[in-house]
Parts: sequence; C-alpha cells; structure tokens
Amino acid sequence: MVASSLSWLIGGAQGSGVDTSANVFARACGVGGLQVFGKREYYSNIKGEHSYFQVRVSDGVVRSHVDRVELLATFDDETAVRHTRSVVPNGGIIYDPTLIKTKIANVPTLETPVILGLEEYLRSKGLEPTLENLLIDAKNSGVHLYPLPYNELLHVIGKEIHEESASILQRMVNVMAVAASFALLEYDFETLTKAIRLTFRAKPKVVDMNIHASRKVYEYFTTQMYNKSFPFKLQTIKTDEQRILVLGSQAVGLGKLISGCRFQTYYPITPASDESEYLEGHEVFDMKPPALTSQVMENPQVEEVAYLNSKGSVVVVQTEDEIAAITMAIGASLAGARAATSTSGPGFSLMAEGTGWAGINEVPVVITLYQRAGPSTGLPTRHEQGDLRFAMHAGHGEFPRILLASGDVEECFYDTVRAFNYAERYQLPVIHIIDKSMANSNMTVPVWDTKKVKIDRGLLIGGEEIQKMVASEGLFRRFKFIENGISPRVKLGTKGGMFWNTGDEHDEYGHITEDPTNRIMMMEKRMKKLETADGEIPLSEKVNFFGPAEADATILSWGSTKGAILDAMDILKEEGYRINFLQVRLIHPLPSEYLGYVLSSAKKKIHIEMNYSAQFAGIVREKTGIAMDNFIVKYNGRPMSSEEIYYSVKKVLAHPEEKRVVLTHGA
Amino acid sequence: MALKLTDYKTTVHNDWCPGCGDFGILNALLMTLAEMQLEPHGVAIFSGIGCSGKTPHFAGTYGIHTLHGRVLPFALGAKLANPNLEVIALGGDGDGLGIGAGHFVNAGRRNVDIAYIIFDNGVYGLTKGQASPTLQLGLKPKSLPKPNINEAINPIALALASGYTFIARSYAYDVKHQKETIKKAIEHRGMAFIDILQPCPTYNDINTKEWYGGDDRKDQATGKPMPRIYKLEETGYDPVIKDPENVDELRAKITDVIVRSQEWGDRIPIGVFYQNGHVPTYDDRLMGRITDYRKIPPAMQVFWDENGYPTTDLTKLFEEIRVL
Repeated sequence: MVASSLSWLIGGAQGSGVDTSANVFARACGVGGLQVFGKREYYSNIKGEHSYFQVRVSDGVVRSHVDRVELLATFDDETAVRHTRSVVPNGGIIYDPTLIKTKIANVPTLETPVILGLEEYLRSKGLEPTLENLLIDAKNSGVHLYPLPYNELLHVIGKEIHEESASILQRMVNVMAVAASFALLEYDFETLTKAIRLTFRAKPKVVDMNIHASRKVYEYFTTQMYNKSFPFKLQTIKTDEQRILVLGSQAVGLGKLISGCRFQTYYPITPASDESEYLEGHEVFDMKPPALTSQVMENPQVEEVAYLNSKGSVVVVQTEDEIAAITMAIGASLAGARAATSTSGPGFSLMAEGTGWAGINEVPVVITLYQRAGPSTGLPTRHEQGDLRFAMHAGHGEFPRILLASGDVEECFYDTVRAFNYAERYQLPVIHIIDKSMANSNMTVPVWDTKKVKIDRGLLIGGEEIQKMVASEGLFRRFKFIENGISPRVKLGTKGGMFWNTGDEHDEYGHITEDPTNRIMMMEKRMKKLETADGEIPLSEKVNFFGPAEADATILSWGSTKGAILDAMDILKEEGYRINFLQVRLIHPLPSEYLGYVLSSAKKKIHIEMNYSAQFAGIVREKTGIAMDNFIVKYNGRPMSSEEIYYSVKKVLAHPEEKRVVLTHGA
Repeated sequence: MALKLTDYKTTVHNDWCPGCGDFGILNALLMTLAEMQLEPHGVAIFSGIGCSGKTPHFAGTYGIHTLHGRVLPFALGAKLANPNLEVIALGGDGDGLGIGAGHFVNAGRRNVDIAYIIFDNGVYGLTKGQASPTLQLGLKPKSLPKPNINEAINPIALALASGYTFIARSYAYDVKHQKETIKKAIEHRGMAFIDILQPCPTYNDINTKEWYGGDDRKDQATGKPMPRIYKLEETGYDPVIKDPENVDELRAKITDVIVRSQEWGDRIPIGVFYQNGHVPTYDDRLMGRITDYRKIPPAMQVFWDENGYPTTDLTKLFEEIRVL
C-alpha cells in the first residue's frame, strides 16, 4: 500500500547528526513532491543527551505531528529504547544489531521514571529489561524489525572509497539510517541523492561519501528483502507548485528581511537565537531595482540612498543582555530604522522596562517572543504557551501595545510584516508571540508571495513635510494631540524636527511635565491608539475561522495548536462531527465583539491551549463575559499532537462533565 | 549664518539646585556644540535617569532622556542605525557605574564612535543623597545614616580595562577645560569617555567646590588655597598612543593611566588620560562585512516601491531552502 501519510522518527545523542538526517529525509520527501511537517525535540545540553526529530510526510497538506510512529530509524541504543513502544503494529524499526544486549537500566541518559516504567512493562511480560527483549516484545505485537549492521557496512564502504578514518566513516550512520528508511519505503533513490546534494552542497566530498553509503544500504536492504515485509511505501509525485522547506525561525527571519527590518538585536537564548543567527548569516541581500517614491523625493538625504540601494543589509547586534537588546532596538528605531529584537521568556522578563519606555514615547519596535516552558529557566528547550498574560501586561503602568500570535510557519512570515506595519502605524511596541514548537518545526509550503504584503510606515514624515508643518504651526510637537492618537513622527537627524523623549510623562514636545490635565490628555491620546488599531485592522488579520458556520461545537485557540487542531478536525469531519474553529491572532486589542458574536451562538465551546491555566480563555472571559465550556490543556513541555486533540475533543463531546482534560503525551 | 549659543538652548525651566555642578557641564556642552558649529538637528543627546538625565531637555538638539542605567544601549542603537548622527550620551555615576555598569563595560568592547559623559558627584541626588559607586569607602556625606561601606569604583581604570579608546576627566566648574575635553571626545573616532567631577551642593558635603579648590589647605607661605585638582597636560603627560605596534609604548602608557587614575585626595588629575585612535571602530568592523554600511545605514534604506510593495528580493534566500 502507498501511505497517504507516514510518521517517521529518527533519534540519537545530541551532536550525532539527528537534525541533519531529518533534514535529508524531509528534503528528499519535499523534492519528490511530498509534503512534510517536522518536529524537533531536544534537551538543554550540547552533546550526549537524547534528541529526536519526527517527520510526518503526506501526499497532501500536513500541519502537525502525531503520537504514533510508523517507521523508527535508530543508530544508537537509547533511541530504540525510548521510542520502540510508540511504533504501531505493522510499523518498522531500523536498529543496530550490535547494541541489542543493552540493559535498559544501563542507558545513562534515561530518566529514572522512564527506566522504571520500561522495566515494569517488560517484567510484567516475564522478560528481562533489555533492548533485545523490548524489540522482541514489539515484534510480538506485529512490528517489523530491520537490523542494519552499520559497522560491517562501514568497513566495506571505507575500503571502497579509500577512507580509513573510522571517525569520518562513523559520521555517516545518520544518513545510512535515512537511506535504510527509504529502502524500506521503496522510495526513488535518485530523489534521495538530490536531497543529499542539497543538504551538503558546500562539501562535495561529503556528498559523494554519503551517496555511496546510501547506495550500499539500499542494496543491502533489498538483498535482505526487508522491503518486501514493510507495508508502508512512499512515491514521488509530480507537481508544478514551487515549494520551500522552512523552519519557523527562518520564516520569521525571512519575514523580517521583507518587512525592511534593518536592525536586529538579541542576547543568546533558546529557542530565539536561531532567527538572529539566520539574519546575521544573511546580513547582505539583494534589493529589486529601487523606485523613487514620493517619500523619497521629499527627503533628499534618502533620495541619494535610493539610487545606491541595489543591496540591502541588516545590522545584527549581539548585546550584553536583553535590557540592552530592547533599548538598542528602540534607539535604532528612533533613528528611523525598522528595528526588532527576538527573545524568549527569561529575556522578555528583562525587557519589561524598555517596552514601557517605548510605550510612553510611542516608539515602534517589534519584539519576537519565542515562548518556551517557564517559569524561570523552566524547560528551556521545550514548548509551552505560558507567556500570554505576561506579554499582555509586562511593564509597569498602562501603555498601549499590540500582541500578534501566529499559528504556523507560514503565518510567522506574513505576520512579521504586519507586526512592523502595526508598530509604525500605531507607534507602539508590537509583541509577535510565537513559540518553541513553531520555531523548531519545519514544513513544506508554497514559495511565499511577497506581493501579498505591503509596507506601511504610518506617519513617518520627511524633511519637506516637517518644514511645512513647522512653518504653519511653530516648533514641532512630536506628541501633538490628535483625535485618533497618532501624531506625525520623524527620524532623528531630520532638519526642523527636533523633539524630546523621556520616560517621564511629557507634554506635546516631549518635555517633562507633571501637570494633571496634560496627564489625562496624554494617557487618553496613547490609549486611543488601541481603539484606532482595533477599528482599522481588518478582521482577516485578527482571526482565522475554519469549518462550517453552523456546528455542534466551536473550538477556541491561538498559536501553534492550529495545525494539530486542523488535522484533528479533518478526521472528525470524516466521522461526521460538525466542528468549527476560531483561531485568534490579534490577542490585544482583542476583537472582542466578533468573539462575542461567534462564541455566544456556539452550541458548545471547547478551549484548547498549551498551558496550565488556560490563560487566553481567561482573557476572553474578561473581555466578552463568555466562559468556555470545556478546557483541553497541556503543560508537559511537548506540543499537542493531532491525535491527542482528536481523542480529547471526542471525549469532551461525549462527556460534557469533563470540564478539564490534561494532555500528557510526548517524549 | 553662524550658529549662536542660543540656538542650542531651550526655554525649559531648569530645576537643578542652585549652585549645582550640572549647570557648569550643561554650559560647557552647549558652548562646545556652538563652537564646533554642529547643526542642532544633527546632534542627538541621550541621557539616563537622575538630575543629569534632565540635561537633554535644556538642549536645543534632539534629546532622548532614557531609562536608569540604559543610556548607552539606547545611544548605540541610534548611532549604529545612522552613523551620520552626532550622538552624545550622558548620565550620572550611579546610572553609568551602578545600575548601568554592564553596559559601561560592554560599550568599551565595541568602540562605537560616540562620546559618553558621566556627571560624577558621588551620590544619588534625585533620590536624596544615597552613596553612589564613586563615593570613597568610609565617607559619610550628610544624608547617609552610616558611613559608606563599599569601596569606590575607579571609572578611569574601568574604562581602560573595558576598551574605551579615549578616556578623560574634567571638572564641572572649569568650563574652559570641559569645552576642550568634550571637543576632543567628540572629535575622537571611537568610544570616548569623560568623567566630570561634579560637586552636589545639596547632598555631597564632602567633595565640595571648596574641597576640590583646596580651601581647607592653604599654603602657609602665601595663605592661598592649594587646589586638589591639577591638569595632566600641565605636567607633560602624553596620553596619545602613537604606534599601536609598539608594545613598550602601549605598556608604559597603560601603566601611566592606571597610576594616575589611583590619585585621589590631595592631588586629583584632570585632562586626557588615554587616547588610542588606532583601534577599529564598530562601524569599521561592520564595513568589513557590509561594504555599503556607511552609504546606506539601517535608518536610510528604502525597502518599498511607490505602491508600497516590498523591494527586498528574497529569491536567493528562497533558493537555499527550495525543494521544488
């Protein structure tokens, strides 16, 4: 049978090439016209701890991971020990036969509860707790076992390619595991070689070695006729669509470049740093031939630049801490650059004061917040949506901010542009809130259409406009009282546009004042911008609505649960359930009227969120007065799978009295 | 038409205490800008929090009054986004060497071409006279309940260790000396630091104008006060590194800076301690990676066309991750 969908998992010690092998696998699928969704799990560790990459591949759109594993590719004992029990009957396990004598208790990086659990399981079946018995047990339940004698094959390969270094040869075991997988799946070998070429393009020798080794593994598995017993197959598909295989962190980076972000600051933190490193690695890039705009014409300083601007560049600064990261980005924004910083919860905690300064001084700045499991250091490499309320309220006092939450890798790209547009149009900090799961997930998507977005710099005015304004109104008032709250602003250095900023309350010029009447007017001016934004931002940018208008149940959620919910909904629909799904992207200002409209007419309201206290449901209740009926939450650090959502939604539909379902799956 | 001193002033009411050393620094700073004929709109003055933090409001340039301790990252962000701006950062000793000490040290590593002035009075004035990081151990200005329990930071030595390429000290009541020093700092290519000794007439009743002036130690022969402050330049001291390859010169001058920076009490040096114009600035370093950086710095790039569509071309970047 040709699988319409396959769940493949590869694991190994950190530093042993798990990521690379998963990349080769996903690329090979992508190059063959298939679509993939990949999920990466890893410890806060450099070398030695277990990491794994799960890739779901399909001939159609795939947006999430599943709990089940259909093909497990291993080259160490720990991966086999940890994941064997996730493999479905009829699935397969590729393993190194020289490692099967390993005692479960002797895998040093296994947590005690995992060891005890497996030991108890095997002993309950009368088996000694070894990897071998675990595999035998799997075989008894219908799992196919495929021993791959890595060292024997490497010995032969070494001779054939005249490579004597065992350590160099050893580096290929990860790609051999991939090749073995494709051999079982009877996937086109040439497509695999293309993926190997793409992955190691800078290293021709590595390409040749890996292709040679892969061929050897294909031959070996075919000679053993392993492929005959394995029921899952993958076939390449022809399609005219142009696709990329992209990580969430890359999507944000690419989004920043197209947005015109030209200044990025960061302090190293998982999982946010990948994006800044991507930007620094691509700090100089092409620009389309410059066209003179009216804005450019008005500012001779800029005009000269426009002609030179055949290359663009972004300055990425690694700062001494996150306080410097946010304040340096604000400084750059004052000078006129589109500026951003990226961080995770602990770093964002340090940015609270700077964010408030940007708020009171109405400075556009974008903060990309990659949530991870907190509090404090929490689970630094694991997933959670626990920072929503913090992002909404961080900073003392009251000031306007916009909170924009993307739901998948593609939204990360387009929403980044919107984040900058909102920041400049409404002159405030925008927190683009995403998470570890999205940052480290990759997906095949159609190449993005950069014509889908526009640049809106709001009331950023140039030299000539400011001269006119000053001539008619006198000294420039940066914080001029204007009905909708938005006053014109200039870049530092603009002639005639001198203004002052201060963290103190200020008058229209930006000078300190403690006058009570001015205070009221300034508070109202600033807060008014949220109403203006709420009125101007189209609904299509605020929410996504999926499923039928009339439904038996409505799911409410935000962020990266999107993919798993949609995949679960597909199955539920086939089973006859009528369910719709409201995904909220603009968290603040919340489109509460629309939410109220949808939720008040919903027959049953199911809330899904990756944290303990269902933070967003609380916010919705605060703003709309509507309480959700059932809550599906998860806080074990691992993202929700579509299966978990499928089962838990069915559960609350069948048992409405189950108010709160806590999901627990994930290794 | 030549710019006058009044072109650099605002009409904002100044609420510093009468006799505050800050007035001397403000005057010297504005006079320097006028003498250098810098266009006011080309100058951005950044400040931290405290009495000194209010300075930008009295200057007719762009004025950015930031957060406590954070003046340097704000200022560096603006300068890196538009290196054509003349950026001056200033703040108190508590601001720069207490809460902002991490930024003080790390700014030295980058050698961005800005000037940073610390108004150094040994106390936290605006919060009513607590001990600041530059107050000497055991001193008890009048508002302290007990003598200071901490050692003082040596700002000159710290600046040297951190990599500042221009390090000077001046005195708030010597406007001429400040003007010369600030001018040198602005003209210096790289990160310049000036520690300005600034008596706080309200809270620091130890390091007063009279104390710096030596009123308490009169020459027995003449009856005249013997000032504690002396000028390095009048002793033949040469702060300038001439040959950065010459290890002996470098070592000797660094030693001189450290020795002089330790002087306090009866003899307090002011003037330029150290100047090394041979260290690549941050924008030199950026130019090594982004060759158009100075021509099209971040703040000056145009990335949209006349219809508002983005003009950044991602074709090559998409190509790297293309599968189909």
